Amino acid sequence: MFGLDKKDAGLLLIVAILALAAPFILNPFPEGSAMAQFNAGYPDLMQRLVIFGIFAIGFNILFGLTGYLSFGHAAFLGVGSYAAIWMMKLLTMNVIPAIIVSVMIAGLFSLLVGWISLRRSGIYFSILTLAFAQMSYALAYSVLTPITGGETGLQPKYTDPRILDGALPDGQMPRANLFGLDMKDGFELVMGNWVFTFNAGYYIAAVVMLLSFYISIRIFRSPFGMMLRAVKSNQQRMNYTGLNTKPYTLAAFVISGMYAGLAGGLLVAMDTQVGAERMFWTASGEVVLMTILGGAGTLIGPVLGAGFIKYMENIVSKINKTVLEQWFAFMPDGIEDVMVALVYPFVGKGWHLTLGLLFMLVVIFLPGGLVEGGQRIGNLFRSKKAKDTSPDGSKTPAE
Amino acid sequence: MAILEVKNVGKRFGGLQALGNVNLSVAENSVHAIIGPNGAGKSTLLNVLVGKLIPDTGSVMFDGQSVLGRKPYEINQMGISRVFQTPEIFGDLTVMENMMIPCFAKRDGAFRMHAIESVAQEKDIVGKAENMLEEMKLIDKRGMNAASMSRGDKRRLEIAMCLAQDPRLLLLDEPTAGMARADTNNTIDLLKQIKEERDITIAIIEHDMHVVFSLAERITVLAQGTPLVEDTPENIKGHPKVREAYLGESQDAA
Repeated sequence: MFGLDKKDAGLLLIVAILALAAPFILNPFPEGSAMAQFNAGYPDLMQRLVIFGIFAIGFNILFGLTGYLSFGHAAFLGVGSYAAIWMMKLLTMNVIPAIIVSVMIAGLFSLLVGWISLRRSGIYFSILTLAFAQMSYALAYSVLTPITGGETGLQPKYTDPRILDGALPDGQMPRANLFGLDMKDGFELVMGNWVFTFNAGYYIAAVVMLLSFYISIRIFRSPFGMMLRAVKSNQQRMNYTGLNTKPYTLAAFVISGMYAGLAGGLLVAMDTQVGAERMFWTASGEVVLMTILGGAGTLIGPVLGAGFIKYMENIVSKINKTVLEQWFAFMPDGIEDVMVALVYPFVGKGWHLTLGLLFMLVVIFLPGGLVEGGQRIGNLFRSKKAKDTSPDGSKTPAE
Repeated sequence: MAILEVKNVGKRFGGLQALGNVNLSVAENSVHAIIGPNGAGKSTLLNVLVGKLIPDTGSVMFDGQSVLGRKPYEINQMGISRVFQTPEIFGDLTVMENMMIPCFAKRDGAFRMHAIESVAQEKDIVGKAENMLEEMKLIDKRGMNAASMSRGDKRRLEIAMCLAQDPRLLLLDEPTAGMARADTNNTIDLLKQIKEERDITIAIIEHDMHVVFSLAERITVLAQGTPLVEDTPENIKGHPKVREAYLGESQDAA
């Protein structure tokens, strides 16, 4: 199917089903129940899950395949966002030109940054990319204020030229759309106590994510992808096999920069505003965490990692003291207070602490990330079955 | 006819004259060994040949073209392949993938952006790599991670990877260093077989006299950065200058 072998096609199919059924899957708890706050099936979060999935898929093409750890990928995301918002200001509120231009501009910018940064490898490469990203952030925040809006950022205004769109009716705010389909359009499906939200913007982002995921599978399975893994494995042998590593790494860098730009453009398409903080170094660090947490160098890992971190950021951070008191209300008063005091530092604003602990656990016990965890569980079941059927219990090596 | 012509090559590292006025000529389709005691400049000379070092003086011509100032991958594409002292292979990749990479490099050159085709669809590359593994008796290890092979198999794979590019000159840097006697003999047999079956020139840097005298047709002895003698193995064996270089000043050591 689509030039993929059975296993990859199966993986793509599973991701497609999960993405398309996300409004159901992420809303397992009935409205108004105590668990309802764990529901993630609202448009804003679902959009973030897939968009940061795209960001991480792209990052993984560079880091997972070549081993070059970029600490400045948020710069490309930010540049993509600014490019998209300018398209919306100058051209049209239709998201198509915004997204295409954000990919192109991010690609050009990553070509420049990659050209310079890839003169070095290892930690020096990481520092160079970090320096570029922080310079971009500083420029966007202050010097380039006329282009970036500085501290306040940018959003489409009623008075923008928008040469392709007709004049807006009086008092109506410009809204991002796809040939008239508003990104915020959608409908709610009520089934008993459950409410499922279907949102146009989410489905557009999900389709783009599936397309990005498909392209990433093709790259992984291509001779080019094999060369990138060879770069990670042994650059010396590459050079002495007549292969020039520079264009290979640069191409990987630009592709992952374009993915970041695509994510940036989509963020603007879903929520039409940009601020410089999108390029801050913590944003670059976040995509590194996502990729490693999910499993660097694996196909599905980055998507899982992105989903995991964005879910925690939005859900765990919402749990406050009142919620905790509700949870532990069944306990005797003294113990309840102790429990609340113990758990409180790990939720709400302390969600970073939980994330940090989980990240440490994953890196120490599952160096292959969540994907390795999944494989170990899978192998556990498989070896049990194998013991039943064949006494030698030969295991097939995990991909 | 000489395929490799080294003329007046000198290289200085700070106060150390690593190579001083080296002249060397390797005849096409011969096996030429370069021997010498530690610090004689063998590795420096090799690094000059493959483009890792640029000499201070002199010229290096391969098949009528200068190799000086070219990058290692460009020199490789001219037809010089190098086997390292410790096998340099792609440890994280499978044996089959290791074998396919030089096949791609031979067909597509130093860089090609074929990111959409799948590796499995490249029938000619897969076929060529399989043949090569078959010939090297590595075919049953094709799915294995290259890093988990034995030392001898890694060496075999590295040589196979070099041969897959049909090089005109194969450079070997102490190919049997650290090997057990049995593995050493296997490597000697393998190199002999390669020489018989192909039009290829082999230049070998070696410590082990057993290997040198089993393979070489010509031998150059390097000492303190300059060639001492160049002759056939028979003449080198009893040469007084060689004994002196290896055993020290004292003539009556025996």
